Amino acid sequence: MSQNTMNLKVKVWRQKNANTAGAFVTYDVAGISDEMSFLEMMDILNERLITEGGDPVAFDHDCREGICGMCSMYINGKPHGPWQANTTCQLHMRAFKDGETIVIEPWRANSFPIVKDLTVDRSAFDRIIQAGGYISVNTGNAVDGNSLPIEKQNADDAFAAAMCIGCGACVAACKNSSAMLFLSAKVSHLALLPQGAPERKSRVLNMVAQMDKEGFGSCTNTGACEATCPKEISIANIARLNKEYLGASLSAE
Amino acid sequence: MTFKQMFTSSVGKKLVMAFTGIFLVLFLVVHAGLNACIWAMDGGITFNKAAHFMGSFIVPRILEIGLFLGIFLHIIQGYMITLENRSKRKIGYEVNYSKGSKWYSRSMAILGTILLMFFIIHWKHFWIPSRITGVEEMDLGNGFVVHNLYAVMQDTFQNQWVVLFYVISCIALAYHLAHGFQSAFKTIGVHNKRYHLMISSIGYGFAIIIPLAFAMMPISFYLHWVN
Repeated sequence: MSQNTMNLKVKVWRQKNANTAGAFVTYDVAGISDEMSFLEMMDILNERLITEGGDPVAFDHDCREGICGMCSMYINGKPHGPWQANTTCQLHMRAFKDGETIVIEPWRANSFPIVKDLTVDRSAFDRIIQAGGYISVNTGNAVDGNSLPIEKQNADDAFAAAMCIGCGACVAACKNSSAMLFLSAKVSHLALLPQGAPERKSRVLNMVAQMDKEGFGSCTNTGACEATCPKEISIANIARLNKEYLGASLSAE
Repeated sequence: MTFKQMFTSSVGKKLVMAFTGIFLVLFLVVHAGLNACIWAMDGGITFNKAAHFMGSFIVPRILEIGLFLGIFLHIIQGYMITLENRSKRKIGYEVNYSKGSKWYSRSMAILGTILLMFFIIHWKHFWIPSRITGVEEMDLGNGFVVHNLYAVMQDTFQNQWVVLFYVISCIALAYHLAHGFQSAFKTIGVHNKRYHLMISSIGYGFAIIIPLAFAMMPISFYLHWVN
């Protein structure tokens, strides 16, 4: 299979830091192979900017194999670009056409302040996890994994929720900047398993309280989060979170 | 945890929207059912009797207070959530993400605003004359005199612009319900796939049948399908 090369324009959001105003800058990138990944295209652009003595475009990335949740970028009006169930690092240039202008924006939400260019501070997610996304275990030897019977459907649903990599695409896609898909994945993952039972009620109450404190919006069930999620987290988790919250808040002292 | 904390969290605010929304859905069933009496083809006798029952019997009058509370809570909370949610993204996107959700799911506040304008005009057409300023009476014999709201409907729906506005409002109601019905049940925690499928199917059916029934009422009078 022969590879094709293309010439593109990338319109990138450039912002020095959180305290300065940003603006779009358009760059020409030539000779891009359609077999390259999107981040390799960004690397080529940055190599050129460095060579020319310019400031490279800052963007988050780490594993580049779709599992760490570091890469972000809102590409042509969709978090993680045009492909479904895909992270930016797994997006390839064959998704674009020769001569196309690609618009690249950072995740936009007050709770995700811009650090530089396309890099945003997603530590709000870490603080939500700290508020309740954990379980208590006894010290000593690890318990054998098979010693706790778990119903197959619950194990499957918990695993599907645990697929969430915490990238924040749900917040970026949501018109309300709501973090409910992320939160619901974390709450569902633990609520469905016996290991999560001891803190089941306090977890959902504390994590919702922390999410509100971080300034995310409220969920209006539009479904944009589910449609863009690279790990296809189901919006049914949000309904499960609502049930967990209703039960816990009614029965709390 | 207090009830105040519960209902003022981001999830709790949506619970208020969901509970009031479901209550208003139930009201629509009662309202459409009673109004369907216009199609009894008896010159409005059945309809006026039904309207008289609703206006004079203590139970619907108490429920009416609940209805007004529900409507105002739904409207005020809806606007507050919308404004709050909009404030969560100070700098918007150059290219908006519109493929992942339905336009009407994203436009609940605009659809709701059309419905609010409709309610104001609708109250002015029927509720205020019936309750406050007075309407023509109809003598059903044996001293049984009722408001002739049927005649008010006949009169109101001779104006084509009023009929058009009512029909547009019914379309707005249809889309508001198409999202709101199933969203309310998600908010109160229905996540079971089997029930969710059932509720969303009922929701879409409801969003078509009820607004269609309402829209047919002014059309029926305008086109003289009923006399």
